[in-house]
Amino acid sequence: MKKYVVTLLNALGVFAALLLLWQILVLLLHLPAYMLPAPLGVGRAVVARFPSLVASLAITAQEAAGGLAGSIVAGLLIALLFAQSRWIRRMLYPYTILLQTVPIVAVAPLILMWVGPGTLSVTLVAFIICLAPIIANTTQGLISVEPNLIHLFLMHNASRVQILTRLRLPHAVPALFVGIRIAAGISVIGAITGELFAGSSKVGEGGLGYSILYASAQMETDYLFALVVAATVLGFVFFFLVMFLEWYFLHNWHESARTMSEE
Amino acid sequence: MVISGVPQVVLSNVSKRYGSSPPVLQQIDLSIAKGEFVSLIGPSGCGKSTLLKLISGLSSASSGSILVDGMTPVNARETISFIFQDATLLPWRTVTNNVGLGLELEHVSREIRKQKVESLLQLVGLTHVAHSYPRQLSGGMKMRVSVARALAIKPRLLLMDEPFGALDEMTRDRLNEELLRLREEQNWTAVFVTHSVAEAVFLSTRIVVLAPSPGRIAQQIAVDLPFPRTSVTRESPEFESLVTSVSRALRGVQSA
Repeated sequence: MKKYVVTLLNALGVFAALLLLWQILVLLLHLPAYMLPAPLGVGRAVVARFPSLVASLAITAQEAAGGLAGSIVAGLLIALLFAQSRWIRRMLYPYTILLQTVPIVAVAPLILMWVGPGTLSVTLVAFIICLAPIIANTTQGLISVEPNLIHLFLMHNASRVQILTRLRLPHAVPALFVGIRIAAGISVIGAITGELFAGSSKVGEGGLGYSILYASAQMETDYLFALVVAATVLGFVFFFLVMFLEWYFLHNWHESARTMSEE
Repeated sequence: MVISGVPQVVLSNVSKRYGSSPPVLQQIDLSIAKGEFVSLIGPSGCGKSTLLKLISGLSSASSGSILVDGMTPVNARETISFIFQDATLLPWRTVTNNVGLGLELEHVSREIRKQKVESLLQLVGLTHVAHSYPRQLSGGMKMRVSVARALAIKPRLLLMDEPFGALDEMTRDRLNEELLRLREEQNWTAVFVTHSVAEAVFLSTRIVVLAPSPGRIAQQIAVDLPFPRTSVTRESPEFESLVTSVSRALRGVQSA
């Protein structure tokens, strides 16, 4: 416990020193606030715009979480399909790679055009960007079961369904979490990217991406900084939430979660 | 444990080849009576594990016939348990739930399962780790869980593929003694694959020495050491002379 406190204090110390250095530099170089606002200025912007900052954050969080949740459900179903036969994988897997390589910035305007502006299309953008890592990792987990474990189940006359629910699915959970961890980070990026295009029809009702566009157009650089910080924090929160879930489900039996709790 | 004259496993003229490559096993004739403990021993590549897979029905013969209790191996599976080289435990299940796996797959009710698993854990001395996960166990304990799981379905035939091969010698000897103790209490026939001559002699009522390329039966050696066998058995001159003759038979097939 003491070790954690020391580590935390160290990290906070470095952070405080960096902020101080930044503040001093801005003051010494007489940089205008629209170029580089000082930390204190950013702080003031956070306080002044707090309600709308929180509102934007909540919208983006919802969109990213919706996209992530949808991608977990859809990704798991698709992976289950892929796990059925090598033939299906050969036929359909290339499209998964396509999903991963297509630039989301290029697709976002299309989705916006088809679905219309608003939360739904942004959630869809987040969903698409999250889907590939979930499918790839879960499929791998489902098909990489040790042959002798399959033999063991066969010796007990296990049905295909029993092999799936009692062997393949639990075996794939660690891999599924690897996919979710990757997806959690990029879900926020996906949502903000979507918002840059979709945004909102009304001012003050858009997410972080919309507010970033607004703040940069208005040269409110201090607020822009505050939004960037908020987006980063959101990504962190998602990541740690998934880490916690992973630990919760796996710490009893899986190495990855075990080393995490022992560190 | 009484060995009757009734054959339980009968292989007649069994061959196995993969594709067009030379046969792994050729013209195997082997009859195993109820209650026997038969060890298969031989250099690598002699097809002893393949033979075990054929008897289990996990792999099918290219020619010849295999009957277990008069049925095809696949149809006889309800009465067969297989113990693999590694413990093959499900890491997400506790010891209790691992031991109960076979019963669960065969739709045995929760209450009966609980009773059976508890008594089995007692039998193999694992009650104190009933709620532990496999990663918390030593190699020997994992193997004991694997044995308990195999015995849970009350098998009539136990197939073992070098189950103690990865363990240190002391643990292996102790588990060998436990296996024979379980055999005294329960009623199963065993086919056991091993690399260790001493292990084969200690456990078996008969040792089948296999020769490689193509895999075939080179020699069969009856082991008439009296039961119950204990650590004292290993020090007897009869044990020593059996080890010597099996080792000689093995050297014979290896140099050929």
